[in-house]
Amino acid sequence: MTGARVTAADWGWRHAGRSRPAVSALNLDIRPGERVLLLGASGAGKSTLMHALAGVLGDDEDGDETGALLVDGQRPSQARGRVGLVLQDPDSQVVLARVGDDVAFGCENLGVPRDEIWPRVATALTEVGLDLPVRHPTSALSGGQKQRLALAGVLAMRPGLVLLDEPTANLDPDGVVEVRDAVVRSVAASGATLIVIEHRVAVWQDVVDRVIVLDPGGGVLADGATEAVLTAEGERLAAAGVWIPRYPPARPVRSTTPENRAGETLLSGDALAVGRVPFARKQAVVVADGIRFDVRAGTATAITGANGTGKSTLALTLAGLLKPAGGTLAAETALAGHLGSAPRRWRSRDLLTRIGTVFQDPEHQFLAGTVRDELSIGPKALGLTSAQQAERVDELLSRLRLDHLADANPFTLSGGEKRRLSVATVLATRPRLLVLDEPTFGQDSRTWAELVSLLAELLDTGTAVIAVTHDADFVAALADVRLALPAARPATLPVGAA
Amino acid sequence: MSLLTPDISASAISRVNPVAKLAVALLISVALMLSIDWVSAATALLLEGLLLAWCGLNARQFWLRTAPVWIAAPFAMLTTFLYGEDSGSVLWSFGFISVTEGSIALGLAIGLRVLAIGIPGIVLLATTDPTDLADGLAQVLRLPARFVLGALAGLRLVGMFIDDWQSLALARRARGVGDGGGLRGRARRFVGLAFALLVLSVRRGSKLATAMEARGFGSDEPRSWARPSVFGRWDTVVVLLGALIAATAITTAVLAGTWRFVLA
Repeated sequence: MTGARVTAADWGWRHAGRSRPAVSALNLDIRPGERVLLLGASGAGKSTLMHALAGVLGDDEDGDETGALLVDGQRPSQARGRVGLVLQDPDSQVVLARVGDDVAFGCENLGVPRDEIWPRVATALTEVGLDLPVRHPTSALSGGQKQRLALAGVLAMRPGLVLLDEPTANLDPDGVVEVRDAVVRSVAASGATLIVIEHRVAVWQDVVDRVIVLDPGGGVLADGATEAVLTAEGERLAAAGVWIPRYPPARPVRSTTPENRAGETLLSGDALAVGRVPFARKQAVVVADGIRFDVRAGTATAITGANGTGKSTLALTLAGLLKPAGGTLAAETALAGHLGSAPRRWRSRDLLTRIGTVFQDPEHQFLAGTVRDELSIGPKALGLTSAQQAERVDELLSRLRLDHLADANPFTLSGGEKRRLSVATVLATRPRLLVLDEPTFGQDSRTWAELVSLLAELLDTGTAVIAVTHDADFVAALADVRLALPAARPATLPVGAA
Repeated sequence: MSLLTPDISASAISRVNPVAKLAVALLISVALMLSIDWVSAATALLLEGLLLAWCGLNARQFWLRTAPVWIAAPFAMLTTFLYGEDSGSVLWSFGFISVTEGSIALGLAIGLRVLAIGIPGIVLLATTDPTDLADGLAQVLRLPARFVLGALAGLRLVGMFIDDWQSLALARRARGVGDGGGLRGRARRFVGLAFALLVLSVRRGSKLATAMEARGFGSDEPRSWARPSVFGRWDTVVVLLGALIAATAITTAVLAGTWRFVLA
């Protein structure tokens, strides 16, 4: 199987109902077997181009096409099977319940004879390094394994063009390397052309031959050998939010020093065990235990550890949302005020000014139809007057660059905007302690820098921050205390609920 | 076990083609719904009991899965005793309630029917992997692949509902709107959560559809099948056994003179 050639001649696409085209005046020639990193500011049309190449952009009803975009001289919708696409979200790409069946799915759709499918499945699984029985349930895979499964499903189709749309944005550092290496190994074996979109340039820059930068205003901003483009355009790309190793985002300026930062203790734990109660069960399944810590005002605590060590469960427990499975978790008077010391027993409204939680998936915490209403929910629940509500909301809108989106539906925002909004909703009620679950996952460098400087400012005014994170830069920039959870326990034993 | 990967021990019945199982469940249900009398239901139940010994489920699996039917049947029987259509001599009465010979016969007929239809239905379906069922429906019954596989992929999303529901509920508590308001507040929150879950599921569904399309699903090209779904001699035997149970139940009832055709 040889690589596919991609050509674009004055190609453009405007999504139905939008006034501006997502991509316009694009001219490209990608040779068979080339490995390309596709960059551009958010909104430059990278994903649109990928979807078009995969033939899943839709037809005349879904938008207007201009010019020509061809894969091996054919329209992509005619070249199905020649092109394979892996998307960002690991969960929404698993089609079937068993690993082997899922990999075979694409082959079946292409009408590959049965005798040929299973050898292809075995080869693809080996190529991506998924050493699992074909009957293994897909629901039991980690995020990195799911992405490698999606890649195997694509490779089994023997495509001439492999497209990856931020394939590692939702993965932990080990998962990122796992998937990247699997990609490199497999395209080297098949000779397929590769196009990758990725904010984090460092992950891919040593394995691609060419970098293409899309211009949000249409056409191509830069195109050439990796090193040349990153040197010439690095600064401009970094300003647009692309992570360029040579231009790291600015570290926040602090008004406190590590020595004078720590204030009174807000929350402490001793021999704390955390776990969730499975559906229709009474007892929690413990995922981490023996946890001891002190959270003090004005300090940031980073919870780190590999996938599956119970970081998110710990965060939700500290936030007063899950019941501790054992040990003690005590809120001091400085945080609890006149309430008891167990945050889990506080009323929902009492949490607002005490502990604010930002969930890993912002979509889980959106409740309203517009950005403005979303921000008003907390202040309203606190019983503030509408003038006070408006004041807080307006301040946050402008501070987090969301003012032009005040009337937009939260679900229609971009990834970075959703993250900023989810943080803003929590800040609207001014809690003393912030709990954040993977706040910087999948964020471009610009949103990252804004988030970090905002948190630094809050810390300097005495707010405490607890963040679950894999992000070493984030830990280096903010963390005063690091709480590392040990590797997953060999077996999870149910224990009596506390 | 989960919705998608039921814990099926290597039982004899799990090797039967799902289409054959579906046929058996349908044959027995239709036969028993043609009449309401206790003899046909009791006969079917007895024969099913004999065959259950070979289906390979252990006692724990069996009782756990069929528990709903064992609870529903006595309730249906009791309510018919008390409120069913009266005929024959009155055995006991209290206000509106009257228990007659007729309502007892009807209650027995209904209670036994719930068991005779419910137990094979649950046993057959609980031992069927959804993927195998989809393969059977598409390859043996030749139902449209687009429809069958779309439903199968959608089923996977159902497994995520519980996790999503929990996350949404926790998020609401964190946002300050997770409690209060008494019964009305509770009802309103439930509706809000259900709607949020719907929105989330639709979004997930459309992403899944794109991922499936990107892997060649939904084109007009003929599709191949990685897993053959074979309807073998044993599957025919299983369907014939089902037909035999249905026929025996009807014949016995007609001979015993209790057959009451519902459409007559």
